[in-house]
Amino acid sequence: MLSNDTIKARLIDKFGEAVTNFAEPYGMLTFEAPKDMNLKVIQFLFDDPELRFRFLTDLQAVHYPHEKERELAVVYHLHNLTDNIRIRFKVFTGITNPDVFTATKIFEAANWMERETYDFYGVNFVGHPNLKRILNVDEMDYFPMRKEYPLEEQTRVDKDDEMFGR
Amino acid sequence: MSDHINLPEGSIGKHTTTLNLGPTHPATHGVFQNILELDGERIVSAEQTVGYIHRAFEKIAERRPLYQITPLTDRLNYCSAPINNMGWHLTCEKLLGIQTPKRVDYLRIIIMELARISDHLICNSIVGVDTGAYTGFLYVMQYRELIYEIYEEVCGSRLTTNIGRIGGFERNFTPKAFERLEKFLREYPEVLKEFNNMFRRNRIFMERTIGVGPISAERALNYGFTGPNLRAAGVDYDVRVHSPYSSYQDFQFTVPVGSTGDCYDRFLVRDQEMWQSISLIEQAYRKVQEFKGSESEVYHADVPEYYLPPKQDVYTKMEALIWHFKIVMGEIDIPPGEVWMSVEGGNGELGFYLISDGGRSPYRLHFRRPCFVYYQAFEELVKGSMLSDAIITMSSLNLIAGEMDG
Repeated sequence: MLSNDTIKARLIDKFGEAVTNFAEPYGMLTFEAPKDMNLKVIQFLFDDPELRFRFLTDLQAVHYPHEKERELAVVYHLHNLTDNIRIRFKVFTGITNPDVFTATKIFEAANWMERETYDFYGVNFVGHPNLKRILNVDEMDYFPMRKEYPLEEQTRVDKDDEMFGR
Repeated sequence: MSDHINLPEGSIGKHTTTLNLGPTHPATHGVFQNILELDGERIVSAEQTVGYIHRAFEKIAERRPLYQITPLTDRLNYCSAPINNMGWHLTCEKLLGIQTPKRVDYLRIIIMELARISDHLICNSIVGVDTGAYTGFLYVMQYRELIYEIYEEVCGSRLTTNIGRIGGFERNFTPKAFERLEKFLREYPEVLKEFNNMFRRNRIFMERTIGVGPISAERALNYGFTGPNLRAAGVDYDVRVHSPYSSYQDFQFTVPVGSTGDCYDRFLVRDQEMWQSISLIEQAYRKVQEFKGSESEVYHADVPEYYLPPKQDVYTKMEALIWHFKIVMGEIDIPPGEVWMSVEGGNGELGFYLISDGGRSPYRLHFRRPCFVYYQAFEELVKGSMLSDAIITMSSLNLIAGEMDG
């Protein structure tokens, strides 16, 4: 049976110093790697006969505006269905140059997930076959889930909206 | 343009037709669009457009206290809203480290399995409608109504339920709720059997669905399929078994699988899952009845920071009034943490990725919406098939626009 420690040891064997920040929040092994290595790590996790992380459960981004050159995190949730174990893998990128390699060559599922991530956070997935907005309108010229766009104050009274009465 | 037809001299060349299926076409059963390129009636290519009812739930959630996010989850897969609600409560409970009492778990299983039945029932009867059998759909509606009446008795609403609270339920199940549950368990199996008699071995239905929109197990996994659609392709992945939540490990049930991943297998898998759900509800109901004395009155965990105090105490006791105010105004700090929780929704693995930085609302919340993930395979499923097959494929995938658009 595969355990978090085994996965960690295998990753360190293969990538050495490059894989960092191992943690286990709520039992799920979490680690990060430099952004130009994301495909190497995912491919290794996919191909390795022992690890077999062949199911991409989820892919999304998180915006940390105060961490310089590490503003955007792309988070992959991978699942080994044979041994039933999940891991979380993160890559960080600067917001001025948010290029991350696409995982669509490995997982078809990544296609729309990456489009969604691009749509909301502006992560530019290099090599994606069809990187365009998916949920928002095509004309939108900003990335709305970034933290610099706060939601409207729910108690504001200065708006005069005859239709909805506030 | 294809050249397999030899046209007489001087005739107009052969063109493909572009057809907009949706966003408000009745056959899509929801607000999403398909731009189909047709060669006669055969589909050359399909491009899916989603996002027509995107409501930015993830953004809204970043400003709301935990309990106010429950109504947002209702509106994801609105055919089985209680599963979404429970999934969200379980996520919060995992983050906060709350252990729910067994009775709460069993009551939740009753509600979640009822929701699964209503979800699958709609999907299967809609497949029936799209193959030309409207009767089944109309007939089962009144039995879905029985399920909605149970929700109504438990939480007061029917479609967007907002059922349960962090730590348990808002109130205990009334005797009337159990009466309605018994009525449902008594009447429903007969109906489901009759409904199946209409379809399962029906020649027209079989010929319309067998071999339509198939997918191999390998492709389905690569596309991130989960739930009945993945199981129809032959992979026995079920979150209830793989990472049991809400005490699913206490129950006996089987995970039905198909083999070809076509519309017929998806229909059968959903059908068998409904039978399993009935058995789960019966088991859970028996377990609930076994609680005696004060245990049989337990319907929530002891979490004063997230669970509203009884109303009579709010009116008479200072402490209760303070807690009531703090909870309602969302003035409870959430412990920092990063948590992934997934439940087996009506359509597959419904995941919640919650990051808290110690504030009063999530720092980041992401919903893994199974529909959104597997709808991208639609083009591969229907390429080269007939237009009418595409419509059945669409309904048998159980695409719910609310879930897709988030």
